[in-house]
Amino acid sequence: MRHSILIRQRLVGIFLLGLVLLYSPALTLFDSAAEWGGIPVSYLYLFGVWLLIIVLAALTVEADRR
Amino acid sequence: MLSTTLIIVYSLLYLALLFAIAYWADRRADQQRSVISRPTVYALSLAVYCTAWTYYGSVGRAAATGVGFLPIYLGPTLIAALWGTLLLKIVRVSKVQRITSIADFIASRYGKSQLLGGIVTVIAVLGVVPYIALQLKAISSSFTILQSHPDADLAATAGRIPMLQDTALYVALLLAAFTILFGARHLDASERHEGMVAAIAFESIVKLVAFLAVGIFATFYLHDGFADLFDKAERAGVLNPMIAEGTGGYGNWYALTILAALAVMMLPRQFQVSVVENSSEGHLHRAVWMFPLYLLLINIFVIPIALAGQLTFEGRNVDADTFVLTLPMAHGQGGLSLLAFIGGLSAATGMVIVETIALSTMVCNDLVMPGLLRRWKRMPPEADLSQLLLKIRRGAIVVILLLGYLYFHFAGEAYALVSIGLISFSAVAQFAPAMLIGLYWRGGTRAGALAGLLAGFGIWVYTLLLPSFAKSGWLSSGFVQQGPFGIELLRPQELFGLTGMNEITHCLFWSMVFNVGAYLFFSLMRTPNVHEATQATLFVDALRHERPLEVGLWRGQADIRELFGLAERFLGKERARNAFRRYADGRQVADIEDLPADAETVRFAETLLAGAIGSASARVMVASVTAEEPLGLDEVFDILDEASQIRAYSQELEEKSLELEAASRELRQANEQLKEIDRLKDDFMSSVTHELRTPLASIRAFSEILYDDPEVELEQRRRFLGIVVSETERLSRLVNQVLDLAKIESGHADWLSEHVDLAQLVSEAIEATEQLFKERGVQVVRELPDRPCVVNVDRDRLMQVVLNLLSNAVKFAPRDGGLVQVHLSAGSESCRVSVADNGPGIAEQDQPYIFERFRQGSGGTEKPVGTGLGLPISRRIVEHFGGRIWLDSNPDKGATFTFELPMKHSSDRPAGNEHAQEGPDSG
Repeated sequence: MRHSILIRQRLVGIFLLGLVLLYSPALTLFDSAAEWGGIPVSYLYLFGVWLLIIVLAALTVEADRR
Repeated sequence: MLSTTLIIVYSLLYLALLFAIAYWADRRADQQRSVISRPTVYALSLAVYCTAWTYYGSVGRAAATGVGFLPIYLGPTLIAALWGTLLLKIVRVSKVQRITSIADFIASRYGKSQLLGGIVTVIAVLGVVPYIALQLKAISSSFTILQSHPDADLAATAGRIPMLQDTALYVALLLAAFTILFGARHLDASERHEGMVAAIAFESIVKLVAFLAVGIFATFYLHDGFADLFDKAERAGVLNPMIAEGTGGYGNWYALTILAALAVMMLPRQFQVSVVENSSEGHLHRAVWMFPLYLLLINIFVIPIALAGQLTFEGRNVDADTFVLTLPMAHGQGGLSLLAFIGGLSAATGMVIVETIALSTMVCNDLVMPGLLRRWKRMPPEADLSQLLLKIRRGAIVVILLLGYLYFHFAGEAYALVSIGLISFSAVAQFAPAMLIGLYWRGGTRAGALAGLLAGFGIWVYTLLLPSFAKSGWLSSGFVQQGPFGIELLRPQELFGLTGMNEITHCLFWSMVFNVGAYLFFSLMRTPNVHEATQATLFVDALRHERPLEVGLWRGQADIRELFGLAERFLGKERARNAFRRYADGRQVADIEDLPADAETVRFAETLLAGAIGSASARVMVASVTAEEPLGLDEVFDILDEASQIRAYSQELEEKSLELEAASRELRQANEQLKEIDRLKDDFMSSVTHELRTPLASIRAFSEILYDDPEVELEQRRRFLGIVVSETERLSRLVNQVLDLAKIESGHADWLSEHVDLAQLVSEAIEATEQLFKERGVQVVRELPDRPCVVNVDRDRLMQVVLNLLSNAVKFAPRDGGLVQVHLSAGSESCRVSVADNGPGIAEQDQPYIFERFRQGSGGTEKPVGTGLGLPISRRIVEHFGGRIWLDSNPDKGATFTFELPMKHSSDRPAGNEHAQEGPDSG
């Protein structure tokens, strides 16, 4: 029981991280037309953060199973 | 060339495959071998979120707004991280209360209100039926476009010609048949549809694969990867990577995200797959990351397809919404076009099927049933009503799909249809305050929920729906431009003069202000009544306990036969009997008739009915056959408190009894040990006395002879006295050893610690026992290393060990021809001494006990001489110095006793020791 509460709270932490990265002034840092490796920075940033959230969530819940 | 027949054949084949999968999954479910009870299938079924609007429309949005389509998927991604608590709570509550739709959920939360359920249903139908129409339109237009293959330009205009509207009608009817078969074939108390879920999960895979195929084609076949495509797009001036610019400001970016995050939980189809069809709470964990991953995958190629489409159709009049289909067509990829079409078909059909099932449940339970119940007044007719319920469900499915078709037919290309995606999201978002606040705050009341829903819905109609009608030309546009009656402050899309945001953000803001405002205002007018407070507690505290709190909050008079009869009428005889049977078993009652008609049974019956006809109707029905005495608010809380206290108390008790059990287990073990020790002590005492008696007896016997008969010859006398002396020696040796052992065991022994060269010590020991070897004709062979082997021990004690091993060996070695090998070896960390004889060895069953007291080897036929304490003492001495002693023996091959002691690493010891040279030392 205790442990499952911890998992839930970690997930809430990931949610907050996502909020800060995608829905705070932090976003404006990457809202540019600059390119990196031929790909716009904004695309890289948005999809990168997206993937990061997924990976963190997966690690959090799947590690719990083992 | 793709002929019409070919497309129809492929479409039908696809639908048949879907049918087969659903049928197979249903069969498996009947055999209790569910295919959908897997977390991955659950996560895939959630992807019903991605409709044809996503499949075709995202590309259109991306072409117009760049990353502006992303919030629709980022919102669900973020909220999914909260599902571990939020969705878990909703699922837990819904399972306990057998909630089967979002209307039922909200009605149930606010005291099982029929009115609330009805209003939620109306909002859902109004908000979602146009969305169903959009799916039908997508199928119909994509069909038309594909027919004109490979002329993509013609396709773009063909979509606007209302020539094949009949396609949509056939599709609607076909989907109605499918939905009825797998959504309303029989009544299920839990309203779960395994076949449907399996088919939806399959559709999710199909649409993902199809979309990825088109994306890979656009990115890597038409262009050289992402960088090349972006480069070309930039030069053509169609690349729009700015976030705020594309979305129309960060405000819209935030608002769209919030809207999508709410919609992914409030859309009736999402509630259906995520809550109602959920077969295990454990599945939520997988969905937390797999559902966002699905969204990420299906969105990777949205921008590339949009850009590739814009590059391909530059300057031509092709709708970006059709790029997924027209892009492969324009490049002559017939097969890929067909795959893209099938992908879109699966996205559309999946949405239509689940949404229709969800809506039909709501329409049946929250609109039709209350009406019927009012008509029947007190009691429903005595007939089996389960068939009637089924007919209502099926009728609702057909009506909803036909409504969708009619809307499509009449709206056609109107703005009100093509922009319905977000309008629909905005409608269902109105459920969020009543649902989510009600899940965490006890103070919400029915009046508050009702006011909030109506206010939010009103704002939605006024700021989004009516303007969309106006833009479609169904209303005068003056109403939007100048405001009603020319009142500018009331302009629907600039309400109270608010400007600077798009219409969706505008609607979300005002509708939420009024929705939440009215909800709080009316909730705070008075304290919740009994029903509201009861349900509030059951909802808000759902996760407080490991298991759901099941408690009957009811007092009055009921008759078990009437309750059973009620269930029979709505569920059918067999299913009602089975359910009551299981319940009776759970309460350990032999017969259904013998069940006590108490609060718990009434609660059971009501929940059972709730699964079939909704919680509000179930409450009315149960009330019609029972005489309920109203409970006071305080009483309700007393009962709830008591229940949770009993729960907590019983958990405490359980823990205590577990602790007790563990303690008593330990005690039992300790007791066993004590008994064993006591037994050993008795054995020890009797062995010691026995050992003492033997020499005493012979001493006494010989002394008596000498005492009684003074005439004994001198020779005889000397012999007798010799025996007395040796027996006395044996006696004192025994007593010394017993004392010794007792001292060692009690920890009172005095231990010296000095540097001892083992080689030297072993040599001395052999010399000391030389006489013994000679007497018995046993040869001793020693193998000692050249270098000293220094250990830190008590010299005399260790000598005792070696002597003991040597004397044992000589004792067991055969007379004349016996051979004892003494071997000393020095490792890097330890020295090892082994003494091997070629005697009879020690039987395997005796080996484990050989180091115990008075366990002498029974290998010899004659009783071995000795005290039986030598080995136990040796072991304690060796172990005291951090070493170990063990035995290797095979019967008939002799025994080898070996001990090992940690080496003393020191160089301060003079190296001038004598070392016995190798070689036999016969005696």
